[in-house]
Amino acid sequence: MKPFAFERARNVDHALSLAAAAPGARFLAGGTNLLDLMKLEIEQPDTLIDVGRLPLADISETAGGGLRIGALATNSVVASDPRIRSRYPVLARAILSGASVQLRNKASMGGNLMQRTRCSYFMDPAMPCNKRLPGSGCSAMGGLSQATALFGASEFCAAVSASDMSVALAVLDAEVETVRADGSVRRRPVETLHRLPGDAPQVDTDLAPDELILAVELPPPPSGGQVWRKVRARASYIGALASVAVAGDRVALGAVAARPWRARATEAALAGGAAPSEAAEAELASASGEVGRKSLVRRLASDAIQESRKGGRS
Amino acid sequence: MRTEIRVNGVDHAVDVDTRTSLLDFLREHLDLKGSKKGCDHGQCGACTVLVNGVRINACLSLAVMHDGDHVTTIEGLASGEALHPLQQAFLTEDAFQCGYCTPGQICSAVGLMAEIAAGQPSEATADLNAKVVLTDAEIRERMSGNLCRCSAYPQILAAVRRAAGAAA
Repeated sequence: MKPFAFERARNVDHALSLAAAAPGARFLAGGTNLLDLMKLEIEQPDTLIDVGRLPLADISETAGGGLRIGALATNSVVASDPRIRSRYPVLARAILSGASVQLRNKASMGGNLMQRTRCSYFMDPAMPCNKRLPGSGCSAMGGLSQATALFGASEFCAAVSASDMSVALAVLDAEVETVRADGSVRRRPVETLHRLPGDAPQVDTDLAPDELILAVELPPPPSGGQVWRKVRARASYIGALASVAVAGDRVALGAVAARPWRARATEAALAGGAAPSEAAEAELASASGEVGRKSLVRRLASDAIQESRKGGRS
Repeated sequence: MRTEIRVNGVDHAVDVDTRTSLLDFLREHLDLKGSKKGCDHGQCGACTVLVNGVRINACLSLAVMHDGDHVTTIEGLASGEALHPLQQAFLTEDAFQCGYCTPGQICSAVGLMAEIAAGQPSEATADLNAKVVLTDAEIRERMSGNLCRCSAYPQILAAVRRAAGAAA
Protein backbone atom coordinates (compact mmCIF):
# COMPACT_ATOMS: atom_id res chain seq x y z
CA MET A 1 0.00 0.00 0.00
CA LYS A 2 1.31 3.47 -0.91
CA PRO A 3 1.81 5.90 1.99
CA PHE A 4 -1.03 8.35 2.63
CA ALA A 5 -2.08 11.02 5.10
CA PHE A 6 -5.04 10.23 7.33
CA GLU A 7 -7.47 12.90 8.51
CA ARG A 8 -10.28 12.35 11.02
CA ALA A 9 -13.18 14.57 9.98
CA ARG A 10 -14.78 16.29 13.00
CA ASN A 11 -17.94 17.32 11.15
CA VAL A 12 -19.28 17.60 7.60
CA ASP A 13 -17.84 21.07 7.04
CA HIS A 14 -14.43 19.89 8.23
CA ALA A 15 -14.59 16.89 5.86
CA LEU A 16 -15.50 19.14 2.93
CA SER A 17 -12.75 21.69 3.65
CA LEU A 18 -10.21 18.88 3.91
CA ALA A 19 -11.38 17.54 0.54
CA ALA A 20 -11.22 20.97 -1.09
CA ALA A 21 -7.66 21.43 0.18
CA ALA A 22 -6.41 18.00 -1.02
CA PRO A 23 -7.40 17.23 -4.62
CA GLY A 24 -5.97 13.68 -4.41
CA ALA A 25 -7.98 12.81 -1.29
CA ARG A 26 -10.71 10.20 -0.96
CA PHE A 27 -13.47 9.98 1.63
CA LEU A 28 -13.27 6.82 3.75
CA ALA A 29 -16.31 5.28 5.47
CA GLY A 30 -16.31 1.49 6.01
CA GLY A 31 -13.37 1.03 3.68
CA THR A 32 -14.33 -2.46 2.54
CA ASN A 33 -13.80 -1.66 -1.16
CA LEU A 34 -11.36 1.27 -1.05
CA LEU A 35 -8.85 -0.38 1.30
CA ASP A 36 -9.03 -3.61 -0.71
CA LEU A 37 -8.14 -1.66 -3.87
CA MET A 38 -5.40 0.30 -2.05
CA LYS A 39 -3.73 -2.97 -1.03
CA LEU A 40 -3.59 -3.89 -4.72
CA GLU A 41 -2.38 -0.32 -5.48
CA ILE A 42 -5.27 0.04 -7.91
CA GLU A 43 -6.33 3.00 -5.78
CA GLN A 44 -3.49 5.30 -4.63
CA PRO A 45 -5.01 8.28 -2.80
CA ASP A 46 -2.49 10.57 -1.10
CA THR A 47 -4.99 11.45 1.65
CA LEU A 48 -7.85 9.56 3.29
CA ILE A 49 -10.54 11.65 4.98
CA ASP A 50 -12.21 9.42 7.57
CA VAL A 51 -15.89 10.39 7.61
CA GLY A 52 -16.90 7.24 9.49
CA ARG A 53 -17.72 9.04 12.75
CA LEU A 54 -19.88 11.79 11.26
CA PRO A 55 -23.51 11.84 12.50
CA LEU A 56 -25.00 10.61 9.20
CA ALA A 57 -26.30 7.17 10.19
CA ASP A 58 -29.94 7.88 11.07
CA ILE A 59 -32.92 6.43 9.23
CA SER A 60 -35.94 8.72 9.49
CA GLU A 61 -39.42 9.25 8.05
CA THR A 62 -39.80 12.00 5.43
CA ALA A 63 -42.70 14.42 5.21
CA GLY A 64 -43.68 12.79 1.92
CA GLY A 65 -44.17 9.37 3.48
CA GLY A 66 -40.82 7.92 2.48
CA LEU A 67 -37.61 7.19 4.34
CA ARG A 68 -34.34 9.10 4.53
CA ILE A 69 -31.34 6.84 5.07
CA GLY A 70 -28.15 8.51 6.28
CA ALA A 71 -25.06 7.84 4.17
CA LEU A 72 -23.28 6.14 7.07
CA ALA A 73 -26.04 3.69 8.01
CA THR A 74 -24.41 0.30 7.59
CA ASN A 75 -25.79 -2.17 5.08
CA SER A 76 -26.70 -4.50 8.00
CA VAL A 77 -28.60 -1.78 9.86
CA VAL A 78 -30.55 -0.78 6.75
CA ALA A 79 -31.52 -4.37 5.87
CA SER A 80 -32.56 -5.00 9.50
CA ASP A 81 -34.69 -1.87 9.92
CA PRO A 82 -38.34 -2.90 10.40
CA ARG A 83 -39.55 -0.04 8.15
CA ILE A 84 -37.27 -1.19 5.31
CA ARG A 85 -38.30 -4.84 5.81
CA SER A 86 -42.02 -4.12 5.75
CA ARG A 87 -42.26 -1.28 3.19
CA TYR A 88 -39.21 -1.82 0.96
CA PRO A 89 -38.54 -5.59 1.11
CA VAL A 90 -36.86 -5.51 -2.32
CA LEU A 91 -34.16 -3.29 -0.78
CA ALA A 92 -33.68 -5.49 2.29
CA ARG A 93 -33.46 -8.59 0.08
CA ALA A 94 -30.99 -6.99 -2.34
CA ILE A 95 -28.68 -5.89 0.47
CA LEU A 96 -28.84 -9.28 2.21
CA SER A 97 -27.84 -11.04 -1.03
CA GLY A 98 -24.60 -9.06 -1.25
CA ALA A 99 -21.18 -9.77 0.28
CA SER A 100 -20.91 -11.40 3.75
CA VAL A 101 -22.26 -10.36 7.15
CA GLN A 102 -18.78 -9.13 8.17
CA LEU A 103 -18.65 -6.82 5.14
CA ARG A 104 -22.27 -5.65 5.45
CA ASN A 105 -21.61 -4.78 9.11
CA LYS A 106 -18.94 -2.32 7.97
CA ALA A 107 -20.04 -1.20 4.52
CA SER A 108 -22.09 2.00 4.50
CA MET A 109 -24.96 3.23 2.37
CA GLY A 110 -22.78 5.82 0.63
CA GLY A 111 -19.80 3.49 0.39
CA ASN A 112 -21.84 0.76 -1.25
CA LEU A 113 -22.82 3.25 -3.96
CA MET A 114 -19.23 4.47 -4.33
CA GLN A 115 -17.62 1.02 -4.68
CA ARG A 116 -15.71 0.86 -7.93
CA THR A 117 -17.42 -0.36 -11.05
CA ARG A 118 -15.25 -3.30 -12.03
CA CYS A 119 -14.58 -6.59 -13.76
CA SER A 120 -12.00 -9.29 -13.04
CA TYR A 121 -9.42 -7.58 -15.29
CA PHE A 122 -9.75 -4.31 -13.37
CA MET A 123 -8.79 -6.28 -10.25
CA ASP A 124 -5.70 -7.83 -11.94
CA PRO A 125 -2.84 -5.28 -12.21
CA ALA A 126 -0.97 -7.62 -14.55
CA MET A 127 -3.57 -7.15 -17.29
CA PRO A 128 -4.39 -4.13 -19.49
CA CYS A 129 -7.48 -2.22 -18.34
CA ASN A 130 -8.66 1.19 -19.55
CA LYS A 131 -10.49 1.79 -16.27
CA ARG A 132 -7.41 1.15 -14.13
CA LEU A 133 -4.83 2.58 -16.58
CA PRO A 134 -6.48 4.74 -19.29
CA GLY A 135 -5.25 3.87 -22.78
CA SER A 136 -3.83 0.47 -21.84
CA GLY A 137 -6.62 -1.46 -23.57
CA CYS A 138 -9.55 -3.62 -22.48
CA SER A 139 -8.84 -7.25 -21.63
CA ALA A 140 -12.55 -8.00 -21.20
CA MET A 141 -13.22 -7.60 -24.93
CA GLY A 142 -13.00 -11.20 -26.08
CA GLY A 143 -11.77 -12.15 -22.60
CA LEU A 144 -13.06 -14.53 -19.97
CA SER A 145 -15.12 -12.18 -17.79
CA GLN A 146 -18.45 -13.75 -16.90
CA ALA A 147 -20.29 -10.57 -15.99
CA THR A 148 -19.66 -7.89 -18.58
CA ALA A 149 -22.08 -5.15 -19.60
CA LEU A 150 -25.01 -5.99 -21.85
CA PHE A 151 -26.13 -2.36 -21.94
CA GLY A 152 -24.25 0.92 -22.29
CA ALA A 153 -20.73 -0.52 -22.81
CA SER A 154 -18.21 1.24 -25.04
CA GLU A 155 -15.26 -0.03 -27.05
CA PHE A 156 -13.12 0.99 -24.06
CA CYS A 157 -14.89 -0.76 -21.18
CA ALA A 158 -17.62 -3.28 -20.38
CA ALA A 159 -17.34 -3.33 -16.55
CA VAL A 160 -20.53 -3.52 -14.48
CA SER A 161 -21.73 -2.05 -11.21
CA ALA A 162 -21.22 -4.63 -8.47
CA SER A 163 -23.82 -3.10 -6.14
CA ASP A 164 -26.90 -5.26 -5.58
CA MET A 165 -28.31 -2.55 -3.31
CA SER A 166 -28.27 0.08 -6.06
CA VAL A 167 -30.51 -2.06 -8.29
CA ALA A 168 -33.24 -2.03 -5.64
CA LEU A 169 -32.71 1.70 -5.01
CA ALA A 170 -33.11 2.39 -8.75
CA VAL A 171 -36.37 0.46 -8.97
CA LEU A 172 -37.66 2.37 -5.93
CA ASP A 173 -36.83 5.77 -7.59
CA ALA A 174 -34.43 6.61 -4.74
CA GLU A 175 -32.42 9.84 -4.83
CA VAL A 176 -28.91 10.57 -3.58
CA GLU A 177 -28.32 13.83 -1.70
CA THR A 178 -24.82 15.28 -1.78
CA VAL A 179 -23.04 18.42 -0.58
CA ARG A 180 -19.89 20.14 -1.86
CA ALA A 181 -17.31 22.35 -0.18
CA ASP A 182 -19.04 25.48 -1.53
CA GLY A 183 -22.16 24.44 0.40
CA SER A 184 -24.20 23.47 -2.65
CA VAL A 185 -26.59 20.58 -2.02
CA ARG A 186 -27.69 18.47 -4.96
CA ARG A 187 -30.06 15.57 -5.51
CA ARG A 188 -29.88 13.08 -8.34
CA PRO A 189 -31.60 9.76 -8.97
CA VAL A 190 -29.53 6.73 -7.90
CA GLU A 191 -30.13 5.49 -11.44
CA THR A 192 -27.94 8.24 -12.92
CA LEU A 193 -25.29 8.56 -10.19
CA HIS A 194 -22.98 6.37 -12.26
CA ARG A 195 -21.95 7.41 -15.75
CA LEU A 196 -21.63 5.07 -18.70
CA PRO A 197 -17.99 4.40 -19.68
CA GLY A 198 -17.79 6.19 -23.04
CA ASP A 199 -14.17 7.12 -23.72
CA ALA A 200 -13.40 7.78 -20.01
CA PRO A 201 -14.10 4.52 -18.16
CA GLN A 202 -11.75 5.57 -15.34
CA VAL A 203 -14.50 7.93 -14.07
CA ASP A 204 -17.26 5.92 -12.37
CA THR A 205 -19.68 8.63 -11.24
CA ASP A 206 -20.43 12.27 -11.96
CA LEU A 207 -19.63 13.31 -8.37
CA ALA A 208 -17.00 16.04 -7.96
CA PRO A 209 -13.91 15.12 -5.86
CA ASP A 210 -15.17 17.32 -2.99
CA GLU A 211 -18.76 16.01 -3.19
CA LEU A 212 -19.91 13.97 -0.17
CA ILE A 213 -23.02 11.77 -0.06
CA LEU A 214 -25.22 12.81 2.87
CA ALA A 215 -28.23 10.52 2.48
CA VAL A 216 -30.38 8.41 0.20
CA GLU A 217 -34.09 9.21 0.11
CA LEU A 218 -36.77 6.70 -0.72
CA PRO A 219 -40.17 7.97 -1.90
CA PRO A 220 -43.21 6.04 -0.65
CA PRO A 221 -43.15 2.50 -2.07
CA PRO A 222 -45.14 1.98 -5.28
CA SER A 223 -48.25 -0.19 -5.06
CA GLY A 224 -47.80 -3.79 -6.15
CA GLY A 225 -45.48 -6.64 -5.29
CA GLN A 226 -41.73 -6.29 -4.76
CA VAL A 227 -39.33 -9.01 -5.88
CA TRP A 228 -35.54 -9.43 -5.80
CA ARG A 229 -33.79 -12.20 -7.73
CA LYS A 230 -30.03 -12.77 -8.07
CA VAL A 231 -28.24 -15.47 -10.04
CA ARG A 232 -24.63 -16.34 -9.21
CA ALA A 233 -22.01 -19.04 -9.41
CA ARG A 234 -22.49 -20.37 -5.85
CA ALA A 235 -25.13 -20.24 -3.13
CA SER A 236 -23.77 -17.23 -1.22
CA TYR A 237 -21.10 -14.56 -0.99
CA ILE A 238 -20.26 -13.90 -4.65
CA GLY A 239 -21.22 -11.21 -7.13
CA ALA A 240 -24.18 -11.52 -9.46
CA LEU A 241 -24.12 -12.94 -12.98
CA ALA A 242 -27.42 -11.09 -13.28
CA SER A 243 -30.05 -9.72 -10.93
CA VAL A 244 -33.48 -8.14 -11.21
CA ALA A 245 -35.56 -5.95 -8.93
CA VAL A 246 -39.28 -5.45 -9.47
CA ALA A 247 -41.48 -2.97 -7.59
CA GLY A 248 -45.02 -2.63 -8.84
CA ASP A 249 -44.78 -1.92 -12.58
CA ARG A 250 -41.10 -0.94 -12.45
CA VAL A 251 -38.19 -3.21 -13.37
CA ALA A 252 -34.41 -2.77 -12.88
CA LEU A 253 -31.61 -5.11 -13.95
CA GLY A 254 -28.30 -5.60 -12.11
CA ALA A 255 -24.78 -6.65 -13.16
CA VAL A 256 -25.60 -5.80 -16.78
CA ALA A 257 -24.31 -2.20 -17.03
CA ALA A 258 -22.02 0.33 -15.37
CA ARG A 259 -25.10 1.58 -13.51
CA PRO A 260 -28.21 -0.10 -12.12
CA TRP A 261 -30.23 -0.50 -15.31
CA ARG A 262 -33.88 0.57 -15.31
CA ALA A 263 -35.56 -1.57 -17.98
CA ARG A 264 -37.66 1.22 -19.52
CA ALA A 265 -38.52 -0.77 -22.64
CA THR A 266 -39.79 -3.58 -20.41
CA GLU A 267 -41.82 -1.14 -18.32
CA ALA A 268 -43.34 0.43 -21.46
CA ALA A 269 -44.21 -2.99 -22.87
CA LEU A 270 -45.88 -4.00 -19.59
CA ALA A 271 -47.86 -0.75 -19.60
CA GLY A 272 -48.99 -1.63 -23.12
CA GLY A 273 -50.29 -4.98 -21.97
CA ALA A 274 -47.40 -7.23 -23.07
CA ALA A 275 -46.85 -10.56 -21.33
CA PRO A 276 -43.87 -10.66 -18.90
CA SER A 277 -41.71 -12.71 -21.29
CA GLU A 278 -42.42 -10.33 -24.19
CA ALA A 279 -41.76 -7.32 -21.98
CA ALA A 280 -38.42 -8.76 -20.86
CA GLU A 281 -37.49 -9.43 -24.48
CA ALA A 282 -38.26 -5.81 -25.37
CA GLU A 283 -35.33 -4.63 -23.20
CA LEU A 284 -32.95 -7.33 -24.42
CA ALA A 285 -33.49 -6.26 -28.02
CA SER A 286 -30.96 -3.46 -27.48
CA ALA A 287 -28.45 -5.61 -25.55
CA SER A 288 -24.97 -6.55 -26.73
CA GLY A 289 -23.03 -9.56 -25.48
CA GLU A 290 -23.35 -13.32 -25.63
CA VAL A 291 -26.61 -15.14 -26.24
CA GLY A 292 -26.51 -17.26 -23.09
CA ARG A 293 -26.30 -14.38 -20.69
CA LYS A 294 -29.00 -12.44 -22.52
CA SER A 295 -31.22 -15.49 -22.26
CA LEU A 296 -30.49 -15.70 -18.52
CA VAL A 297 -31.46 -12.05 -17.99
CA ARG A 298 -34.61 -12.39 -20.10
CA ARG A 299 -35.86 -15.44 -18.18
CA LEU A 300 -34.89 -13.97 -14.80
CA ALA A 301 -36.77 -10.73 -15.49
CA SER A 302 -39.80 -12.59 -16.82
CA ASP A 303 -39.96 -14.84 -13.75
CA ALA A 304 -39.58 -11.90 -11.35
CA ILE A 305 -42.35 -9.91 -13.04
CA GLN A 306 -44.68 -12.90 -12.82
CA GLU A 307 -43.79 -13.41 -9.15
CA SER A 308 -44.44 -9.73 -8.39
CA ARG A 309 -47.94 -10.05 -9.82
CA LYS A 310 -48.64 -12.74 -7.26
CA GLY A 311 -47.77 -10.21 -4.57
CA GLY A 312 -44.05 -10.85 -4.37
CA ARG A 313 -42.41 -12.13 -1.25
CA SER A 314 -41.84 -10.19 1.93
CA MET B 1 -0.83 8.44 14.05
CA ARG B 2 -1.96 8.55 17.67
CA THR B 3 -4.72 5.99 18.27
CA GLU B 4 -6.36 4.66 21.42
CA ILE B 5 -7.92 1.19 21.23
CA ARG B 6 -9.23 -1.12 23.94
CA VAL B 7 -8.48 -4.75 23.05
CA ASN B 8 -9.88 -7.56 25.17
CA GLY B 9 -10.44 -5.11 28.02
CA VAL B 10 -6.94 -3.62 27.96
CA ASP B 11 -6.42 0.00 26.83
CA HIS B 12 -3.64 0.73 24.36
CA ALA B 13 -2.47 4.21 23.34
CA VAL B 14 -0.18 3.79 20.36
CA ASP B 15 1.39 5.64 17.46
CA VAL B 16 0.82 3.56 14.32
CA ASP B 17 1.66 3.95 10.63
CA THR B 18 -1.59 4.92 8.87
CA ARG B 19 -1.25 1.89 6.56
CA THR B 20 -1.42 -0.62 9.44
CA SER B 21 -4.50 -2.83 9.15
CA LEU B 22 -6.40 -3.62 12.33
CA LEU B 23 -5.35 -7.24 11.78
CA ASP B 24 -1.63 -6.40 11.55
CA PHE B 25 -1.98 -4.12 14.59
CA LEU B 26 -3.45 -6.99 16.64
CA ARG B 27 -0.93 -9.56 15.43
CA GLU B 28 2.31 -7.59 15.07
CA HIS B 29 1.95 -4.77 17.60
CA LEU B 30 -0.01 -6.51 20.38
CA ASP B 31 1.29 -10.03 19.63
CA LEU B 32 -2.26 -11.40 19.57
CA LYS B 33 -1.67 -14.08 16.94
CA GLY B 34 -5.06 -15.77 17.26
CA SER B 35 -6.67 -13.66 14.52
CA LYS B 36 -5.33 -15.09 11.26
CA LYS B 37 -4.34 -13.59 7.93
CA GLY B 38 -5.77 -15.78 5.18
CA CYS B 39 -6.53 -13.84 2.02
CA ASP B 40 -6.01 -10.31 3.44
CA HIS B 41 -8.85 -9.15 1.12
CA GLY B 42 -12.04 -9.83 3.10
CA GLN B 43 -12.83 -13.02 1.22
CA CYS B 44 -11.99 -15.78 3.73
CA GLY B 45 -13.04 -14.49 7.17
CA ALA B 46 -9.98 -15.87 9.04
CA CYS B 47 -9.35 -12.36 10.47
CA THR B 48 -12.88 -11.90 11.88
CA VAL B 49 -12.94 -9.97 15.18
CA LEU B 50 -15.65 -8.13 17.11
CA VAL B 51 -15.55 -4.32 17.17
CA ASN B 52 -17.96 -2.87 19.73
CA GLY B 53 -19.63 -6.29 19.66
CA VAL B 54 -20.07 -6.42 15.86
CA ARG B 55 -18.14 -8.87 13.66
CA ILE B 56 -15.95 -7.41 10.90
CA ASN B 57 -12.97 -8.40 8.75
CA ALA B 58 -9.94 -6.97 10.58
CA CYS B 59 -7.90 -7.12 7.35
CA LEU B 60 -10.15 -4.57 5.60
CA SER B 61 -9.88 -1.95 8.33
CA LEU B 62 -7.11 0.40 9.37
CA ALA B 63 -6.01 0.59 13.01
CA VAL B 64 -6.33 4.40 12.84
CA MET B 65 -10.04 4.02 11.99
CA HIS B 66 -10.64 2.45 15.43
CA ASP B 67 -9.71 5.27 17.78
CA GLY B 68 -11.90 4.78 20.87
CA ASP B 69 -13.24 1.37 19.79
CA HIS B 70 -13.47 -1.80 21.87
CA VAL B 71 -12.09 -4.84 20.04
CA THR B 72 -12.56 -8.46 21.08
CA THR B 73 -10.39 -11.20 19.57
CA ILE B 74 -10.39 -14.97 20.09
CA GLU B 75 -7.98 -14.40 23.02
CA GLY B 76 -10.64 -12.31 24.80
CA LEU B 77 -13.58 -14.71 24.68
CA ALA B 78 -12.82 -17.08 27.57
CA SER B 79 -13.35 -16.11 31.20
CA GLY B 80 -10.15 -17.30 32.86
CA GLU B 81 -10.09 -21.08 32.44
CA ALA B 82 -13.78 -21.21 31.45
CA LEU B 83 -14.11 -21.37 27.68
CA HIS B 84 -16.73 -19.34 25.84
CA PRO B 85 -19.71 -21.64 24.99
CA LEU B 86 -18.80 -21.44 21.30
CA GLN B 87 -15.18 -22.43 21.97
CA GLN B 88 -16.46 -25.41 23.97
CA ALA B 89 -18.97 -26.30 21.23
CA PHE B 90 -16.21 -26.30 18.58
CA LEU B 91 -14.25 -28.76 20.76
CA THR B 92 -17.27 -30.94 21.49
CA GLU B 93 -18.25 -31.17 17.83
CA ASP B 94 -14.65 -31.49 16.55
CA ALA B 95 -15.35 -28.50 14.31
CA PHE B 96 -11.87 -28.04 12.84
CA GLN B 97 -8.97 -29.93 11.35
CA CYS B 98 -5.94 -27.68 10.78
CA GLY B 99 -7.48 -24.95 12.96
CA TYR B 100 -6.28 -21.96 10.92
CA CYS B 101 -9.77 -20.61 10.23
CA THR B 102 -11.10 -21.50 13.70
CA PRO B 103 -10.52 -18.20 15.57
CA GLY B 104 -12.32 -16.36 12.80
CA GLN B 105 -15.09 -18.96 12.70
CA ILE B 106 -15.66 -18.68 16.45
CA CYS B 107 -15.58 -14.85 16.53
CA SER B 108 -17.94 -14.86 13.56
CA ALA B 109 -20.33 -17.24 15.35
CA VAL B 110 -20.26 -15.02 18.46
CA GLY B 111 -21.33 -12.12 16.24
CA LEU B 112 -23.99 -14.33 14.65
CA MET B 113 -25.53 -15.10 18.05
CA ALA B 114 -25.79 -11.37 18.85
CA GLU B 115 -27.37 -10.70 15.44
CA ILE B 116 -29.96 -13.41 16.04
CA ALA B 117 -30.71 -11.99 19.48
CA ALA B 118 -31.22 -8.59 17.83
CA GLY B 119 -33.62 -10.11 15.29
CA GLN B 120 -31.54 -9.31 12.20
CA PRO B 121 -32.66 -11.15 9.03
CA SER B 122 -30.48 -12.91 6.45
CA GLU B 123 -30.92 -13.97 2.85
CA ALA B 124 -32.16 -17.33 4.18
CA THR B 125 -34.97 -15.70 6.19
CA ALA B 126 -38.26 -16.74 4.55
CA ASP B 127 -40.43 -14.00 6.08
CA LEU B 128 -38.68 -10.66 6.68
CA ASN B 129 -41.44 -9.55 9.06
CA ALA B 130 -41.50 -12.64 11.29
CA LYS B 131 -39.23 -13.59 14.19
CA VAL B 132 -35.97 -15.09 12.91
CA VAL B 133 -35.67 -18.83 13.58
CA LEU B 134 -32.12 -20.18 13.53
CA THR B 135 -32.47 -23.08 11.08
CA ASP B 136 -29.48 -24.91 9.57
CA ALA B 137 -30.02 -22.91 6.37
CA GLU B 138 -29.81 -19.68 8.40
CA ILE B 139 -26.56 -20.79 10.07
CA ARG B 140 -24.98 -21.78 6.73
CA GLU B 141 -25.93 -18.47 5.09
CA ARG B 142 -24.80 -16.37 8.06
CA MET B 143 -21.45 -18.20 8.27
CA SER B 144 -20.78 -17.93 4.52
CA GLY B 145 -18.18 -15.21 5.09
CA ASN B 146 -15.89 -17.77 6.77
CA LEU B 147 -14.17 -20.34 4.57
CA CYS B 148 -12.74 -23.64 5.87
CA ARG B 149 -10.38 -25.28 3.40
CA CYS B 150 -10.39 -28.50 5.45
CA SER B 151 -14.13 -28.40 4.83
CA ALA B 152 -15.25 -28.99 8.42
CA TYR B 153 -18.52 -27.29 7.55
CA PRO B 154 -20.85 -30.03 8.89
CA GLN B 155 -19.08 -29.93 12.27
CA ILE B 156 -18.99 -26.12 12.33
CA LEU B 157 -22.73 -26.10 11.63
CA ALA B 158 -23.25 -28.58 14.49
CA ALA B 159 -21.13 -26.48 16.87
CA VAL B 160 -23.04 -23.27 16.15
CA ARG B 161 -26.35 -25.16 16.41
CA ARG B 162 -25.25 -26.60 19.77
CA ALA B 163 -24.20 -23.22 21.19
CA ALA B 164 -27.30 -21.48 19.84
CA GLY B 165 -29.55 -24.21 21.25
CA ALA B 166 -27.95 -23.83 24.65
CA ALA B 167 -28.46 -20.06 24.52
CA ALA B 168 -32.10 -20.24 23.36
